[in-house]
Amino acid sequence: MPVKTQEGAQLLTGGDAVANAMAQIDPDVFPVYPITPQTPIIQTFAKLVANGKASTEIVNVESEHSAMSATIGSALAGARSMTATSSQGLALMAEVVYIAAGMRAPIVMAVGNRALSAPLNIHCDHSDSMMIRDSGVIQLFAESVQEAYDLMVMAPRIAEHPDVMLPVLVCQDGFTLTHSEEPLELTPDEVVKDFVGEYHVPLPLLDVENVTTKGIFALQDYYTELRYAMNAAMEKAVPVIEEVFGEYSKIVDRPFGILEEYEIEGAERVIFLMGSTAGTIKDVVDELRAKGEKVGLLRLVSYRPFPAEQIRKALAGATEVIVLDRSDAPGSVPSLHSEMAAALYGSSAKLRAHVFGLGGRELVPDEARAIFAGEAPTHIALRS
Amino acid sequence: MKEVRWHARAGQGAKTVSQLLAEAGLLAGSSVQAFPEYGPERRGAPMRAYTRISDKTIRRHDPVAAPDIVIVLEPTLVNEMNVAEGLSKDGVVLVDTNELPDALKGVKALAIPATKIAHNHGLKFSNVVMLGAAAAAGGIPLANIQDAAVKKLGKRLDADSLRGAIAEGYACLA
Repeated sequence: MPVKTQEGAQLLTGGDAVANAMAQIDPDVFPVYPITPQTPIIQTFAKLVANGKASTEIVNVESEHSAMSATIGSALAGARSMTATSSQGLALMAEVVYIAAGMRAPIVMAVGNRALSAPLNIHCDHSDSMMIRDSGVIQLFAESVQEAYDLMVMAPRIAEHPDVMLPVLVCQDGFTLTHSEEPLELTPDEVVKDFVGEYHVPLPLLDVENVTTKGIFALQDYYTELRYAMNAAMEKAVPVIEEVFGEYSKIVDRPFGILEEYEIEGAERVIFLMGSTAGTIKDVVDELRAKGEKVGLLRLVSYRPFPAEQIRKALAGATEVIVLDRSDAPGSVPSLHSEMAAALYGSSAKLRAHVFGLGGRELVPDEARAIFAGEAPTHIALRS
Repeated sequence: MKEVRWHARAGQGAKTVSQLLAEAGLLAGSSVQAFPEYGPERRGAPMRAYTRISDKTIRRHDPVAAPDIVIVLEPTLVNEMNVAEGLSKDGVVLVDTNELPDALKGVKALAIPATKIAHNHGLKFSNVVMLGAAAAAGGIPLANIQDAAVKKLGKRLDADSLRGAIAEGYACLA
């Protein structure tokens, strides 16, 4: 049965929203290093901890590399552990992100997506997430402040599921969501607490009765098998995410999916993308639908695992699929473009793709109209 | 939907009032959104903030390009940029100044002596007076905007001064 919300909707930024979710989850350890536009997350969280809302041990470390290293250590020791970062922070952390996934540490990390240098830019695109796309971490992308909050509440259940045991990144568009105030319905504290449950890892490092080795050496003998096991975990993560989404959806009475189908029914031309820009596209879809144009939107929430089968199914009726990547891939095509091409292989649907929104240049409705009309350049809004 | 664009220098409290206008819209039962646009974050640099207020759920996340209301907290900015850019047909520009600058000739603009009003109420920042004017232009009830401001700023600023300054800004558009 849906529960009543605490005090109705309140205005919070995406950063504050995620910090509130973290405080409700009350992780044991939170090693972190500040970086724009993620800083509001740790600022608000630190304030909530100082006010006694959560009892988390916040560890101020000297870099993101250390933040993730400490998070892995505490997660495997048996403590629920989280961290947060953006952009260059994720770049510096990347080495250890692979290790977190390989050691199967069920860490939850809040990400405020931001462009990578150079040139220096503090605004949103998805290049940072793309950089670690093959690391073995789960990456979920929010469209709104509310969804960023909800995904954060659900993330520990996914990360810590015995069939998964992988880090989960809750990604929200830097500034566009992290610094934007939108109405948010907080789930009551005790409901979050019950939903998330107690932290449990098999054979924690501090279990002195059952001594285990972490961070093992594996050469030609077992390396392949241990890396392959992450494929299996990612495959199992799809039904786990759906199960967790479904359970939480019943509690809060809001729909969640690894994909969001918007006006897909009978749509011939469908835009495919991730993140906050989906909202802008939805308005344009409504406008074009009112004029009788058969257009729709398929929004990807779960970037990793990439639900290729479900995507193919959702697009079965489309004659043209338009992929919008918020990152570039000099020398090739970006991630969503190439993965959509693979997902659609053998389908008769036409595939078109654009790069948009680099360094915070937001997509505007006129550009969305041009994209649907087939009149947009490969790189949206590129100035000559 | 009412779309508002705020122009100010970083440190003048534009982000705060952009959020307070949204808060008041929420109190009035509307769907709202408020977000700032920074360059390099440093005090004194020109910045913008945006507020959207609508009867329908706001989903778009692009910056406000065709504002119904433009608020200028720092009058010298009108010489540095076109603050009226994209102003909607019935839109209005409200400037914190005693006399409209020449740069706004031909634009539907109104001078709000907000700095003077703020000082009369013992307040250092004129942003709350401009907030009152913005609320009046946006059709937000005075009580909602006063309540929102007192809720957020009432610990640091005198509640009666806040209410008075906002009411006077509000009255500039009556």
